Amino acid sequence: MASEATGAEEGGLVFHPMDQFIIKPLFGGGDIAWYTPTNATLWMALSILAVVALLVLGSSKRAIVPGRSQSIAELSYGFIYKMVEDICGKDGAKYFPYIMTLFMFIVVANFLALIPMSFSPTSHFAVTAVMALAVFFAVTILGFVKNGTAFLGLFWVSSAPLALRPILAIIELISYFVRPVSHSIRLAGNIMAGHAVIKVFAGFAAIAVLSPVSVLAIVAMYGLEVLVSFIQAYVFTILTCVYLKDALHPSH
Amino acid sequence: MEGDLAHIGAGLAAIGSGAAAIGVGNVAGNFLAGALRNPSAAASQTATLFIGIAFAEALGIFAFLVALLLMFAV
Amino acid sequence: MATDTIAASEAGYAAAESAPGMPQLDFATYPNQIFWLLVTLIAIYLVLSRVALPRIAGILSERQWTITNDIAAAEDLKAKAVEAEAAYNQALADARAEAQRIVAEAKTEIQADLDDAIAKADAEIAAKSAESEKAIAEIRAGALESIEAVAKDTAAEIVGLLGGQSDSAAIDKAVADRMKG
Repeated sequence: MASEATGAEEGGLVFHPMDQFIIKPLFGGGDIAWYTPTNATLWMALSILAVVALLVLGSSKRAIVPGRSQSIAELSYGFIYKMVEDICGKDGAKYFPYIMTLFMFIVVANFLALIPMSFSPTSHFAVTAVMALAVFFAVTILGFVKNGTAFLGLFWVSSAPLALRPILAIIELISYFVRPVSHSIRLAGNIMAGHAVIKVFAGFAAIAVLSPVSVLAIVAMYGLEVLVSFIQAYVFTILTCVYLKDALHPSH
Repeated sequence: MEGDLAHIGAGLAAIGSGAAAIGVGNVAGNFLAGALRNPSAAASQTATLFIGIAFAEALGIFAFLVALLLMFAV
Repeated sequence: MATDTIAASEAGYAAAESAPGMPQLDFATYPNQIFWLLVTLIAIYLVLSRVALPRIAGILSERQWTITNDIAAAEDLKAKAVEAEAAYNQALADARAEAQRIVAEAKTEIQADLDDAIAKADAEIAAKSAESEKAIAEIRAGALESIEAVAKDTAAEIVGLLGGQSDSAAIDKAVADRMKG
């Protein structure tokens, strides 16, 4: 980066891979207050519109034989519903709308972020951390409400030898509290890393010799990012389901 | 000079991405080996596969994050 | 050198965007993002739970219902088809049996007629041949008689011509002997 930065000074090469994540006010300049509409607001609003277009408008015909958009709506519904039911069991099905909300927001925001010049809300720790903490607190509170103190059995590995159990309990406790951290950083880090790498390759495209390679690399990275966008949304959702299962059935 | 050290640190932290790649490859490879032995059980374990990959990859992402922090925030 | 550029670029960032190197760590934007994220999530949740998910669930269950119905209807139709086939086979077997019966009947009738006709013909033939035999016998008898008479006459004549006295009794006897021989 140092040499690249020098290159920027000498040859006009521009590397600002992180600039795409800067949050700017939509209208005019000035400070960003909590209510200021920013580019993050814009792309979150677009993701709402995309979700509405996909799930509400797509299913508006209520056709018995589904069209294309209705198929996608039904597929995403069936995909998440089956995931929730498989992992959390039948009694987890009533949390399906919350999990569906998380999944739809993340997957749509991820895909919208792949549009060039767009902004990716899910690459920000503030966004993913709020979602991960919401899952964490919801699961913890739900665990105590549903199971009482039996929820603490999650940390007491009864299958291990007695002497090891306190140590394992500490490890389990730590891993439990690390959950929201890894949960949020995994998503934001993946999206940020992919976009930054694409941007770095885009910077190389300014050099005539390297530009074909860099364009090819951008195409390849873009394909990978399409995959990653979906997989990270899937992983976020499936981990939410796994945490929810821990709260509902801590004995497993 | 501290900027130089930070960049070296960032480069070292990027090695962690390679380690994560080894981990992910291990998970996927073992899954494939198991799936070829018993293909009928493979479909039911794809969720486990992705969870495993996610956990392995999370640590690589941590390394990447450390690199980024060293690059931009130190 | 590198330090200078870093400092320069950071200064550039600071000048241009008043943000640190990593926009994700610009805590000044956190309340804004969190606020709009919550708005977004609540909006999506309301849209999903009020409109989209019930509707899609309805579509899916309706389709399930339709499919189940269609399968039931198909099973009905299949049963009907099996029934119809059985009826058809039954009708076919009946028709075949009827045809065989009719054929057998016709055969026996024809046989009876034939037997009758044969018997009649046989009887007629027998009667005719008996008649013919009788006629033949008569003719033969007639012929024998006339032969005898002719022979006697002839013998008597011959005897007369030869100058003898025709002894009719002897001639009769001789003729009868010759006729027998």
